[in-house]
Amino acid sequence: MIIQAIFFYIFAGIAVASAVMVITARNPVHSVLFLILAFVNAAGLFVLLGAEFLAMILIVVYVGAVAVLFLFVVMMLDIDFSELRQGILNYLPIGALVGAVLLTELLILVGAWAIGPDVVKSIASPIPAPSDVNNTQALGLVLYTRYVYFFEAAGLILLVAMIGAIVLTLQHKPGVKRQNIAAQVARRRTTAIDIVNVKPGQGLS
Amino acid sequence: MNAAPSVSNLVPLLPEIVLGVGGMALLMLGVYRDARMVRLIDYAAIALLVVAGAVLLLLPAGKLTSFDGSFVVDDFARFLKILALIGSAAAIAMSLDYAERELQQRFEYSVLIVLSTLGMLMLISAADLIALYLGLELMSLPLYVVAASHRNSLRSTEAGLKYFVLGALSSGMLLYGASLVYGFAGTVTFSGIAQATARGGTGLIFGLVFLFAGFCFKVSAVPFHMWTPDVYEGAPTPVTAFFAAAPKVAGLAMFVRATIVAFPGIVSQWQQILVFVSIASMLLGAFAAIGQRNFKRLMAYSSIGHMGYALIGLAAGTSQGVQGVLLYVAIYITMTLGVFTVILSMRRSTGMVESIDQLAGLARGHPAMAFFLAMLLFSMAGVPPLAGFFAKFYVFLAAIKAGLYVLAVVGVLASVVGAYYYLAIIKIMYFDEPVEGFYKMPLELKVVLAICGLFNVLFFLYPGPLVGAASAAAQSLF
Repeated sequence: MIIQAIFFYIFAGIAVASAVMVITARNPVHSVLFLILAFVNAAGLFVLLGAEFLAMILIVVYVGAVAVLFLFVVMMLDIDFSELRQGILNYLPIGALVGAVLLTELLILVGAWAIGPDVVKSIASPIPAPSDVNNTQALGLVLYTRYVYFFEAAGLILLVAMIGAIVLTLQHKPGVKRQNIAAQVARRRTTAIDIVNVKPGQGLS
Repeated sequence: MNAAPSVSNLVPLLPEIVLGVGGMALLMLGVYRDARMVRLIDYAAIALLVVAGAVLLLLPAGKLTSFDGSFVVDDFARFLKILALIGSAAAIAMSLDYAERELQQRFEYSVLIVLSTLGMLMLISAADLIALYLGLELMSLPLYVVAASHRNSLRSTEAGLKYFVLGALSSGMLLYGASLVYGFAGTVTFSGIAQATARGGTGLIFGLVFLFAGFCFKVSAVPFHMWTPDVYEGAPTPVTAFFAAAPKVAGLAMFVRATIVAFPGIVSQWQQILVFVSIASMLLGAFAAIGQRNFKRLMAYSSIGHMGYALIGLAAGTSQGVQGVLLYVAIYITMTLGVFTVILSMRRSTGMVESIDQLAGLARGHPAMAFFLAMLLFSMAGVPPLAGFFAKFYVFLAAIKAGLYVLAVVGVLASVVGAYYYLAIIKIMYFDEPVEGFYKMPLELKVVLAICGLFNVLFFLYPGPLVGAASAAAQSLF
C-alpha cells in the first residue's frame, strides 16, 4: 500500500511539474518534450488505478501520434514562439481567475456526482464483474463481436479520410526527380565506375 | 451477447457489404491501372450501385435487424435506400462527360461517391446514435472531398473548405446532442431512448434540440442553410447535382427515423421546432431565390425551400405525414436531377455558363430540352397535374389532418411566391431573343433528362405503385 502511495506522489508530482514547464519553457521543443513527460506520468497514474488499457492508449495515441505531430509542426514552421509569448504575464491574473472558476466547478460536479437510478435499469446486458476480466479483455470481448459493425464503419471512415487527403494533395507534375529504386538496384559496377588512367600534368578533360 | 456475429446476422447488411468491398476493389483497380481505366471504373461503379439495389430487393421481406437492433432494414429503409442508390448512380452517369473534360479523368471521384453512398445506406438503416453518427460521417467525408475536387478552381476549393468546416461544426453539435441524450436516457438505441422519453426530462429536450441542429444542417434547412448557396455554386456542377439528390434522401431518412422512432413521447416539443424550421425554409427558399441570376445558386435556394415542404410531413408526425415526406423526396430527386442535366449541358464555345439569362431562346435551338426543363420547373412550382403537385398535395393534406393549418397555409403561399422564379426561367426560354446555342447534349444526360421529365409529366396517370410503396414504408415506422 505504501509503495502505491509513493508512486502516486511521484507520478502526480512529476506530472504537475512538467505541466508547469510546458507553459513556461522558452524553447517550444522543450515544451513539447515536457508535454510528453506529463502524458507518460498520467499513464502511470492510470496504471495505478488499474486502467491499463487507458494507460497504453494514452501512450500510443498522445505520445506516439499527437506529441510527435506537435514536434514536427514546431520544427517545420519558423514561428518565434518567444515573441508570441510576450506579455503573457499581463494576462496571468485573469487566467488564474478562469482557472480557479473551472477548478471550483469541477470540484462541485465531482462532489455531487451520482448515477441516476433509472440509468441502471436501461443497461441492455449484464456487466461482467471486475474480478473476472481485466479491462483490455472486457473491451476485446465486445469490440469485435457486438460492436464489430461500428468498428468496421470507423475503419471505412478512416479509409475515406486517407483517400481524400491523397486526392486533394497528390500532384503528378512532370519534370520532378523521383527515386527509382529498381534503377538504383540494377546499377552494375561497369556502368557506375570508370577507371581513367590520368597522365601526370594533363588532368581530366 | 458476446457470440461472434453469425452469417445470418450479416444478411441484412449484404447491400452494404457489396458496396464496401466493391468500392475498395475499384480503388485497387484504379491505383494499379493506368488512366484509361477511368471510364471503366465509372461504369463499374454504376453497375455496383445497381447490384447493391438488386441485392437489397432480394433480401427477405419484413423487418430485419442486426447487431442488437442498431441496424434495421424495414420497408422505410428499403424505399429510401433505393432512392439514394438511384440518385448516386444518376450522379455518376451525369458526371461522365464533365469529368473527362474538366477534371483530368480522376477515378477517385466514382470511388468516393460509392463510399459516400455506403454511408447513406448505413445512415438510412441506423437505429442507434452510434450507427447514425458513423453513417453520417461516412456519407459526409467524401462529399467534402468531391466538393473540392476541382483543385485548380479557387471557388471549388473554397466550397470544399467551407463545407468541411461548417460540416465539422454541425457534426460537433449533433455529437453534443447525442451525448446529452445518452446521458439522460442511459442508452443509445432508439427504442431505449423512446422508453426514456416516456419518463420525460428537460435534459432529453436539450439533447433533441442539438440533434435537430445537426440534422437541419445536413438537409440544409433554415436556420442552418448558410453553406448551401456557396457550396452549390462553387462545387463542380456534377458534384452539385449529386449533393442536391442522394445526400438529401439520407439526411431526411435520418431526420424522420430519429424523430419518429426515438422521440415519440415528446411530440409537442419537437413539433414546434419542426413547424418553425419548415416555415422558415419555405419562406427563405421562396424569397431569396427571386434575385438570383446564377442557375446553381437558384437551385440551392430552391432545394432549401423543398426541404421545408418535405419537413411539413414530418412536423405532422403521423404515418400519413411520413408517407408525404417519402413521396416528396422521391419526386424531388427526379426534378432536381432533371434540372441539373440541363445545367450540365449549358456549354458553348466560350465554355460552361451558369447564368439563367444564357437560357434565352432555348426553345428555338433545343425544343426538346426546353420542353422537359419547362415541365420540370412547372413540377417544382407545383402545377397540376405534374408530379410536384402531388408531392406538395400529400404533405399539405397530412398537415391539415394533423391540425397544422398555419403551416399548410404558409406552405401554399410560399409555393405561389416560388412559382414566380420558376416561371421567370420558362419565360426566358420561350419568349426572349435567342443567344448562341449550346453544344449537343451527351447521350447519358439526354437519357437522365428524358426519364426525369417523363416521370414528372406522366406520374398522374399511374401514381399507385409509388404512393402504395411510400404508404407501406411509412407504416413500417409506426
